[in-house]
Amino acid sequence: MKINQLSLFLENKPGHLRSACKALAGAGINILTLSLADTQQFGILRLIVKEWQKAKSVLEEAGGVVKVTEVVATEVADKPGGMAQVLEVIDQAGLNIEYMYAFTFRRNDKAVLVFRFDDADAAVSKLSAAGIKVIGSKELFEGK
Amino acid sequence: MFAFENRIWDRNETLSREDLESLQLARLRQTVERAANVPFYRNALARARVTPKDIRSLDDIRRLPMTVKDDMRNNYPLGLLATPMEDIARVHGSSGTTGKPTFVAYSKGDLDTWAGLCARFLTAGGLLPSHLVHICFGYGLFTGGFGLHYGVEKVGAAVVPASSGNTPRQIMLIRDLGAQVLVSTPSYALNIAEVARAQGLGPDDLPLKFAHFGGEPWTEDMRIRIEKELGLLAFNNYGLSEVIGPGVSGECAARNGMHVQEDHFIVECIDPDTLEPVKEGEGGELVFTSLTKEAMPVLRYRTRDIACLDRAPCPCGRTGVRMGRIVGRTDDMLIIRGVNVFPSQIEEALLRVEGAAPHYVIEIDRPGSLDQVTVRVEVLPESFSDKMSVMQILHDRIDREIQSITGIRVKVELAAPQTIERSVGKAKRVIDHRAAKPV
Repeated sequence: MKINQLSLFLENKPGHLRSACKALAGAGINILTLSLADTQQFGILRLIVKEWQKAKSVLEEAGGVVKVTEVVATEVADKPGGMAQVLEVIDQAGLNIEYMYAFTFRRNDKAVLVFRFDDADAAVSKLSAAGIKVIGSKELFEGK
Repeated sequence: MFAFENRIWDRNETLSREDLESLQLARLRQTVERAANVPFYRNALARARVTPKDIRSLDDIRRLPMTVKDDMRNNYPLGLLATPMEDIARVHGSSGTTGKPTFVAYSKGDLDTWAGLCARFLTAGGLLPSHLVHICFGYGLFTGGFGLHYGVEKVGAAVVPASSGNTPRQIMLIRDLGAQVLVSTPSYALNIAEVARAQGLGPDDLPLKFAHFGGEPWTEDMRIRIEKELGLLAFNNYGLSEVIGPGVSGECAARNGMHVQEDHFIVECIDPDTLEPVKEGEGGELVFTSLTKEAMPVLRYRTRDIACLDRAPCPCGRTGVRMGRIVGRTDDMLIIRGVNVFPSQIEEALLRVEGAAPHYVIEIDRPGSLDQVTVRVEVLPESFSDKMSVMQILHDRIDREIQSITGIRVKVELAAPQTIERSVGKAKRVIDHRAAKPV
């Protein structure tokens, strides 16, 4: 029930983000969602793609440093309070969020929250037990 | 002819070449005799098969062994003393590559000589006994602060020993006390000008008339800018602690090179590879031999500073050969905001940080008036994390280590692995943009 996320190290220089996207485009890889964390000195691009092994080797061949991390995707109602409900469960379970990002897709009444926890397995079981819908890659990429 | 009255502090500054050379020869023999009291020099002289008696003409200086910075380090802390420790009156030092300074020592007589040398160039640059001099060199092991301080007092002028830092306060002191003369590094003077401008103060709002700059290389463009922005006349002076500190040479009112105080130092200008003298007027490495120092005489000290010498007569009447601005260094030492920094120190810092690769590029620029250093460091692939906090900790550790070893603040940029050019042999580690553009 976990998703493999790719993280790419980016130097804080013009053109670096574009060249990474171009490499993926050239290999016919579609980016489902992404998040960019940046400081003045460097950035980290986090990507969710279906063919993550292929994307990893494409980026590495292009000279990138890539790390694969397991993240947890949860589905919530795309309405006020949807995210707050999940965060409440996370709070109560004593889980620490390293970072998170959100996106909506396909089904227009649903949103997906992506979380990075230190212990992804523990998070999945605690979230599921609390009735939060955790979605796997099959659902994420194929819609069902 | 000059913008102010040309006054000469010491008659020895105008000795005829003949008189100067006979004085130099006598003093050179004494210096070699004195140096022979130091085991290091005694051994070096023995290896070169030369005794004080062999010094019959000034050309014989070329028979003497040369001294380099490493000799100072190898004799840490005070192994080059030619006098007993009880006769030492003061110790100064300069920053070294390994975090340990190299020390230099002065006898009471040396301190008096040194103050006199500073009094000479200060007078050459317009200092009068009636002036108030604002010194914003650091007072400490660095020779700049105390060297200039006692020079000013020797002239009979008054000192505001402001030391460095807190520019708005420096400006307040200069204005409220009415200093006519500024002593600092040229880049710090630009900083003063910038802060003054931000306060809405123009050149007419500052009482300064003269400035004496040293401690770092600077350009004619900087002189023009500082003079315009602070409304003063700026003079260049040169020195290094291993030779004595400031006072080795300084500009006169003609401002066409710095007169070497040749009755106290013999200067040679050599090709750093062949060690042979360069042709008249060509740039080369400056080598100094002290002629009057008691506590730490120095024989043929290789400064690694590149400059040229001009023996043409000077309208000011001083006969000392003039050295041009320092145009470069034979080694890789960088001078950042007046602090000596070596690329090897950056490397040392990186080696202390787990997760950082010892591949780096140092970029130096001067966007405003102060030098800014950016160090790009490669990250090891295995230390890359998707967590920002982990990367930030790595970044901050590199930052801290570099600061603790070099003593200067730099901007650290993390670079992806394999993105910094590897070169065979001597890697191009430093990109200095300062020299390339006018200030």
